Amino acid sequence: MYPILKKQTIAPEVDLMLVEAPYIAKHAKAGNFVVLRINETGERIPLTIADSDAMAGTITLLFQKIGKTTHELGMLKPGDTIRDIAGPLGHATPIEKYGHCALVGGGIGSATLHPILLALKAKRNDISVILGARTRELLVWQEEFAKYADELLTTTDDGSSGRKGLVTDVLRDMIKAGPVDIVIAVGPIRMMQAVAELTRPFKIKTIVSLNPVMVEGTGMCGACRVRIGGETKFACIEGPEFDAHEVDFEELAHRQNFYREEEQLAMDTFKKKCKGTCKK
Amino acid sequence: MRTRKPEIRKHDFKEVSIGMTESQAVKEASRCLQCKKPHCVSGCPVEINIPAFIAAIRDKDYPGSLNILRQYNLLPAICGRVCPQEKQCQGSCILGKKGVPISIGALERFAADNGNVDGEPMTKKRSNGQKVAVVGSGPAGLTVAADLARLGYKITIFEALHEAGGVLTYGIPEFRLPKKIIQQEIDYVKSLGVEMRLNWVVGRTQTVEELFEEGYKAIFIGVGAGTPKYMGIPGENLNNVYFASEFLTRVNLMRADQFPKYDTPVKRAKKVAIIGGGNVAMDSARTALRLGAEKVYIVYRRTADEMPSRLEEIDHAKEEGVIMKFLTSPKEILGDDKGKVTGLKCDGMVLCEPDKSGRRRPECSGEEFVLKVDQVIMAIGQSSNPILVKSVKGLGLWGEGYIEVDEDGQSNLPGIFAGGDIATGAATVISAMGAGKRAARAIDVYVKGLKKSAVTG
Repeated sequence: MYPILKKQTIAPEVDLMLVEAPYIAKHAKAGNFVVLRINETGERIPLTIADSDAMAGTITLLFQKIGKTTHELGMLKPGDTIRDIAGPLGHATPIEKYGHCALVGGGIGSATLHPILLALKAKRNDISVILGARTRELLVWQEEFAKYADELLTTTDDGSSGRKGLVTDVLRDMIKAGPVDIVIAVGPIRMMQAVAELTRPFKIKTIVSLNPVMVEGTGMCGACRVRIGGETKFACIEGPEFDAHEVDFEELAHRQNFYREEEQLAMDTFKKKCKGTCKK
Repeated sequence: MRTRKPEIRKHDFKEVSIGMTESQAVKEASRCLQCKKPHCVSGCPVEINIPAFIAAIRDKDYPGSLNILRQYNLLPAICGRVCPQEKQCQGSCILGKKGVPISIGALERFAADNGNVDGEPMTKKRSNGQKVAVVGSGPAGLTVAADLARLGYKITIFEALHEAGGVLTYGIPEFRLPKKIIQQEIDYVKSLGVEMRLNWVVGRTQTVEELFEEGYKAIFIGVGAGTPKYMGIPGENLNNVYFASEFLTRVNLMRADQFPKYDTPVKRAKKVAIIGGGNVAMDSARTALRLGAEKVYIVYRRTADEMPSRLEEIDHAKEEGVIMKFLTSPKEILGDDKGKVTGLKCDGMVLCEPDKSGRRRPECSGEEFVLKVDQVIMAIGQSSNPILVKSVKGLGLWGEGYIEVDEDGQSNLPGIFAGGDIATGAATVISAMGAGKRAARAIDVYVKGLKKSAVTG
């Protein structure tokens, strides 16, 4: 059992949770994730470790309430517990002195970028962060990024914050204006794909963090397989970060949607059961 | 062995075999010749004193029979159900030469199911205060833990998943090995004072070095071989292509058959092709049937004679209506524009000369055809679980990441032992337990040696 110490809604449908998990906190590195199961009937879902504190023995999870499990997770309060959390899993982000780093985040991708930002900053990189969302209030964790980034740029579809447009618009200008040594992009599949296509002709090293469907998370089931450079890889143990220019995004998108009907059914059943109380 | 009717059982997950009645068991036990030099014992990987446990059943002393079994075999209720007896004890029974061999597996199951009496069946030595870590809670790990706990060691089992049992829990379906039986055996191990830490991915949550620092004198690695192998044919990543490991994990561990009561879904298909001829293939085929499939094919490139599966599972699968496509080798999984499976393109095969494994080698006959299916499950074998193995610096390995050990399970690193599938490659429950027993003895000797050298040094 893993006690929840703090819970906070930081954007519409986005919650932050501080959880006591001392062994995971001690070993967590930027890029790692956990697999959690809320209760006896729950499914196992992967969530990025958005922050960790080895001294306090805590990890921070940031999640968007999309499906049944994330909604149910969002209903838990400080003092409640999560039944199972395993981790830290996945490869850590390779952290070195790259020079000028562009971290590009869409929506909940900020959760993954946050520890990467801290680690890269500790290596004295020059870091530009580009966060994008549909509208201003969906920009996740801006103030936290502003603290550590050398430059924070935002984009919104409706122009309510920062530049009106897409993250790739900002990134394109940035690349044209001066050298970018590495791009790390985390967010929706189509966003990561667009970033990959943008940087490809410039031959800029680009890393994306993939979030395919996972079941057990330790390399034993293959649910999370993705095609990288024509080869099948398991995102849980060989990723979740991969060279963006090698990723088969079309296949990933197909596989991501495979359980859409079941996800809808689970959500509908859940809503009926909690008769509206599940909506905050 | 009595079974439930195929037309009924193929629609639910309840156990297929019912087991022997008392009178059947006593009658079968009385048939045993009580050989002076019993071949059955040499056919058993852990050399159970088979005539003795059968004699106890004959004399209606079921707790006595179970006690004999437990001296050799920690998990008799499980082995009675999943051992390939026809290749081991029963296959060596002298009565089988001219007639029907003794149903040793069914008798083992009978003793295990009927011999449980209240109280501690095995003696346990006083605590010696020494800690040993066991990584993985499958058959090998449970055996090491139980044997060392009985010798007085303080044992902690570290399990990566949220439930103990390893392959017994995530791999073998309820209709073949009920969860209740596994739970009984795990409870028995816990009753010996063994502590269980779940969600503990050794190599990530804690490293092996850290376990030694925490005072564990030795570490047994029994993390199994669960990583799915794949053929590398086109279409393997289409939707509705499952590796058997995922398909079975969803149903066995996550209870996807009860979705949406349980949150994990599994796709139910009308026509399913399973590629492979082992137990995992049979388990997948029969699970697909129980999820409502109308047609289930086993696609195997050799013939029935070469199938590695337990005989009983093949029979049960056939009784339930699974269609065997022998001499059939898949070459491509076909899909539609939405990335979903529509068929399996196969080559017809013929058998040629025997290969290194002694099995006749299949070769293309030149015939090509398409099986129209909407789901494909790949059950062509598993390889080593990589996380822990890769995290230990200098650990000697062989093949595709298996741990190199001597016959006592000792690796090239002091204090690190291993056994079961992670040392041998995918094998059986009973051979993993055998490895566990040998490793437990070796660990005892090793830890005692440490104490001595500490005193004399």
